[in-house]
Amino acid sequence: MTDLGWLDAAVTGARPQVMAALLRYFRDLDRAEEAFQEASLKALKSWPQNGPPRDPAAWLIMVGRNVAIDALRRERKSEALPDEHAISDLDDAESALADRLDDAHYRDDILRLLFICCHPDLPATQQIALALRVVSGLTVPEIARAFLVSEAAMEQRITRAKRRVGEAEVPFETPGAVERSQRLGAVAAMVYLIFNEGYSASGGDAHVRLPLCEEAIRLARLLLKLFQSEPEILGLTALLLLQHARSAARLDADGAIVLLEDQDRNLWNKGMIAEGTALIDKAMRHRRPGPYQVQAAIAALHATAEVWDATDWGQIDLLYSTLEQLQPSPVVTLNRAVAVSKVRGAEAALAMIEPLAPKLSGYFHFFGLKGALLSQLGRAPEAREAFGRAIALARTAQEAAHIRLHLDKLGDEGRAGAKTIGSKSKVT
Amino acid sequence: MKYAVLCYHSENVVCAWSAEHDAEIMAKIAVVEERWSKAKKLGPVARLMPTTAATTLRKDNEPPVVLDGPFAETKEQLLGFFVVDCSGLEEALAFAKELADVNPGGAYEVRPIGYFFDWSAGT
Repeated sequence: MTDLGWLDAAVTGARPQVMAALLRYFRDLDRAEEAFQEASLKALKSWPQNGPPRDPAAWLIMVGRNVAIDALRRERKSEALPDEHAISDLDDAESALADRLDDAHYRDDILRLLFICCHPDLPATQQIALALRVVSGLTVPEIARAFLVSEAAMEQRITRAKRRVGEAEVPFETPGAVERSQRLGAVAAMVYLIFNEGYSASGGDAHVRLPLCEEAIRLARLLLKLFQSEPEILGLTALLLLQHARSAARLDADGAIVLLEDQDRNLWNKGMIAEGTALIDKAMRHRRPGPYQVQAAIAALHATAEVWDATDWGQIDLLYSTLEQLQPSPVVTLNRAVAVSKVRGAEAALAMIEPLAPKLSGYFHFFGLKGALLSQLGRAPEAREAFGRAIALARTAQEAAHIRLHLDKLGDEGRAGAKTIGSKSKVT
Repeated sequence: MKYAVLCYHSENVVCAWSAEHDAEIMAKIAVVEERWSKAKKLGPVARLMPTTAATTLRKDNEPPVVLDGPFAETKEQLLGFFVVDCSGLEEALAFAKELADVNPGGAYEVRPIGYFFDWSAGT
């Protein structure tokens, strides 16, 4: 198995580029996928004997294209009247192959492949499933496991998404600058969705979901390679690396969430933190801040603090106020309030989140933070009420268990006297 | 004679390695390093971060131009390297610019080092 690890990695690494090129030729996702599949099988036979080709992607494109053209020709022959026109079209494509391989189109090819997956008609879950299947090459059972649905249901979801995409007819011309940047924005959002699907604890076993985070990072890196100077793509990649760096410390042995302040920082992946920080460094030089960059900068401040108490809350408060302007949302303000509670105290933070109540009345973290702030201020009965609401809204047993811990402390300290507990950040 | 051994491979492939495969390769490399270190022949070794973390200072213009991404021209060749400990990209670029002042033409690629160990530093 290990001996063929290089082959696996070479095929997986080449997949987005190969799929993108095959899609350009055949303009049909299913045909492109079949061609890729055939080419991979041939690689599996040929590469161990002859050694890996110098350019695995070019090899797979060439072989996949030939296989698919053969299949097309066979289909045409079995039809009553062979479509000469279609066949000569394919011959034209052959002569253009050399151009295609020299990278001129491949940036837009890959962007198109990704963009097709995030068509606005598709619900988010279908976008993610389609991208994981088509671009990343995860198998249907793998994706089904990550989404906690049956294989049949996932198969159906992907088939349906493909049909929608086929009907949508994404144009194959080289996009203009505006179109390209819109596509890039949509694709970046989808990559972030994939990551969050793996990262969030909204049900499910963390271990089966971690591969989603790794896939999202791979896709972000791919985008970054294509768009080296886009500050927001630098920011997105940095953000994913910095969040993923903490994954080994986020759950304890029982699978319970460990909050940022309680995490064993020795378990954080220093390589990912260093890389994420280096990418933000690069992004900042452009002086074009955006939501991903700001969130990455916040994550970097957490990641580079040696201990929780050394966190630069003043800077985090400032970054969140920038984020509030770039991307106003009650959840952003809620997060900012955690920083505010550290810099200006629980009273100021409580004043900041109280106006959010109507919008966040169904949000677990709102009541979690509210309860924590109230208990810091010694307002135990109100804190208990807020914690009660939080438990009712918890999406996982771990979230509820964590709030019960708060409640227990509140009880203890109520008896013990004036001691207070620290407010907990929702950042985990 | 001292030699620099420069490592080339397809980044797409290496980035597609699983964490286990990566760790396995690194462990095997470490064994070779130990062997050459015991013979007192090995100096510093470094694993660079991906090229997406790189910045390039083109010094054939005046003033030099900073570009995102790795150095990627084939008409020039790799002629040497420096290792410098900086607070961040700005400082590393300042170092490269000082070098560019006294040695114009070509480019300096500034790439963060992911792993570094100096086997010859000796303890």
